[in-house]
Amino acid sequence: MRGLPSVWLAFAVFALTEPACKHGSTTEGNASPAAEDTDIHIGQTMPYSGPASAYGTIGRVEAAYFKKINEGGGIGGHKINFVTLDDAYSPPKAVEQVRRLVEQDHVVAVFQPLGTASNAAIQDYLNTKKIPQLFTATGASRWGDPAHHLWTMAFNPSYELEGTTYGRHIAANQPDAKIAVLYQNDDYGKDYLKGLKEGLGDKAKTIVAEATYEVSDPTIDSQIATLKGSKANTFVNITTPKFAAQAIRKAYDIGWKPVEYLNNVSASVATVLTPAGLDKSVGLITVAYFKDPTDAQWDNDPAMQEFKAFMKQYYPEGSATDGNNAYGYIAAQTMVQVLKQCGAQLTSENILKQAASLADFSPGLLLPGIKINTSSTDYYPIEQLQLVRFNGKTWEVFGQLYSAK
Amino acid sequence: MTNRGDVHLASTQTRPSRRHLRGVASIVAVVALVSLPFVLSDYRVFQATLVIVSSIALLGLNLLTGYGGQISLGHGALFGIGAYVAAILIQKWGLPYGLAIAGAAGVCFVTGFLFGLPALRLEGMYLALATFALAAALPQLLKYKAIERFTGGVQGITLTKPQAPFGLVVSADRWLYFMCLAIAIVLFAGVRNLMRGHTGRAIIAIRDSPVAASSTGVNIAMYKTMTFAISAMYAGIAGALSALTVQFVSPDSFTLFLSLSLLVGIVVGGLASISGAVFGAIFVQFVPNVAEEISKAAPWAIYGLVLIAVVHMMPRGIAGLVSRLCFRLRALSFFDRITQP
Repeated sequence: MRGLPSVWLAFAVFALTEPACKHGSTTEGNASPAAEDTDIHIGQTMPYSGPASAYGTIGRVEAAYFKKINEGGGIGGHKINFVTLDDAYSPPKAVEQVRRLVEQDHVVAVFQPLGTASNAAIQDYLNTKKIPQLFTATGASRWGDPAHHLWTMAFNPSYELEGTTYGRHIAANQPDAKIAVLYQNDDYGKDYLKGLKEGLGDKAKTIVAEATYEVSDPTIDSQIATLKGSKANTFVNITTPKFAAQAIRKAYDIGWKPVEYLNNVSASVATVLTPAGLDKSVGLITVAYFKDPTDAQWDNDPAMQEFKAFMKQYYPEGSATDGNNAYGYIAAQTMVQVLKQCGAQLTSENILKQAASLADFSPGLLLPGIKINTSSTDYYPIEQLQLVRFNGKTWEVFGQLYSAK
Repeated sequence: MTNRGDVHLASTQTRPSRRHLRGVASIVAVVALVSLPFVLSDYRVFQATLVIVSSIALLGLNLLTGYGGQISLGHGALFGIGAYVAAILIQKWGLPYGLAIAGAAGVCFVTGFLFGLPALRLEGMYLALATFALAAALPQLLKYKAIERFTGGVQGITLTKPQAPFGLVVSADRWLYFMCLAIAIVLFAGVRNLMRGHTGRAIIAIRDSPVAASSTGVNIAMYKTMTFAISAMYAGIAGALSALTVQFVSPDSFTLFLSLSLLVGIVVGGLASISGAVFGAIFVQFVPNVAEEISKAAPWAIYGLVLIAVVHMMPRGIAGLVSRLCFRLRALSFFDRITQP
């Protein structure tokens, strides 16, 4: 065999294996044939492999939570059939997997797909198909826009809202603030900066220095030196974990002692503050919206105890001290609340409608006072943030709750 | 011409019947490929389109690596450039789809040609590293501020799918399948003709022995650069088609891993084999999905096992195995014939 005929043969093999593949994959879905199928089919893509696989635990904890619900009888007698697929943090793969979920597994909603690029890749498709893209696991400020994407709803407080919170806190508490900002030179950094300026309002001119860095930069020492040179007394640190640790340490080492705001992205004690030096991190301010499982002050909190017991029973291989698991647990509880509100009408339309009518829902792991509220024009479920300050060991709650206006 | 045919007829009776068989096989294959989208769901048609698209990229890489002996770890980047050029031409400049694909082909041809010039001086592993650099750099270059208004930065570009023209009642997925299939057939025929002629012999001669090739008058520099350029053009066309199929491009879509997958595809499919590109594409598309079905915890470990098994059991790739099986079959039927009086 040589030349073109073998190409034909290859194509023929492909043509024959294709229907075979189709057959093979639907058999496992066939456990629930459409006719007598009363399960609620929910789909998801998650980076179980690839550069962001550390977030994969979010999908696993959510699957474990739905399993718990199913063991308790499901929702109104219906079991949740949760199909969560690996997209390897690759947008083309996310598109392929979401099409599988919608066209082959016939899911009624896609829940918590993770990552800005993956969500952007599937957004138009899901909106065309009228399948809710619920509670996107990303902080970018484009997921709560019902006027343009009716079927897409955010979950996290946006980066912009967080920036606004810092701005408002500075404007209210530091009349003589001179602000220096360090931010990553991309959408994420710019979202924060935009929010910060919004929060500062007419005090935005008190920003005396702005410095940026690229993800590829080896260090940010020179940026910190420049910012110190501006004689700023307030420092807003909008950086990802590696750079955040460098910035905290460098500022301390060169004797710059501003009031320092650190974005929540890098608020991990274990991966940022410990490498930076816990003594050098005292006084840092950030925001939080759920209870940190590593924080001893919640040890006797009933919701935290319930979460830890759940982890032990349903997801023992996961870490009960990983904030990502607490996050996934809250998101899964919110999804279950939406399904409960649906009653007997478990259609895509009604799921979207109920997701957009959450009223004062408060999963126990959210910080006291924070409640989930949505409406047909408000697609940001979590819009309250609590300021917290680092005391050398944990983040301590202080001051009032900040909510979006 | 008639003379040769006569000689064949006279010398052996098997020739015409085999040609007849091939003709029938080709017709069956064409019918199968054309009817495929009408039997399958839109989702499966979408996957089939992705297989066709990767087979084009693999064919291009096979021309360079399998036939030409030059290793490239950067074809994912060329694929990405093709995708971005098409996306920008369609979405930002409003060009028709055909022109955008041609534009992507042109840009990648030139990029490949320019990259091929210095690459001439690099042999084997060194060329692999130079192309690796291209693949490593591309995702970050795409996020570069100055070109953000074209590339859309981290958020990428969303495309709309081409609808079937002339009022044809075919879904967008099926129309795209036929478009990709037609383009693939032209490109496959192109490589086949190229490799059958003296160009193909020259490319293979350079791979096997550059000294001997140049002493018989083969212009090594010209052939190597052109091979690189054509190969890059194939990757670019595939990239453009993939952008249309997936309807989205972003820097994270074209990571280093894509380049590695393409290399895996041609080795598994079969180096220096045209049909190998199709087998490789099927492998690259479906094996990760199958691996995930087998184990959610460690899909890439399963993938690795399958890969090792394939490399061990099929040293010349899937295409090599298939041609060996065909040879066996033919030998068997030959024995049947000589043992039956």
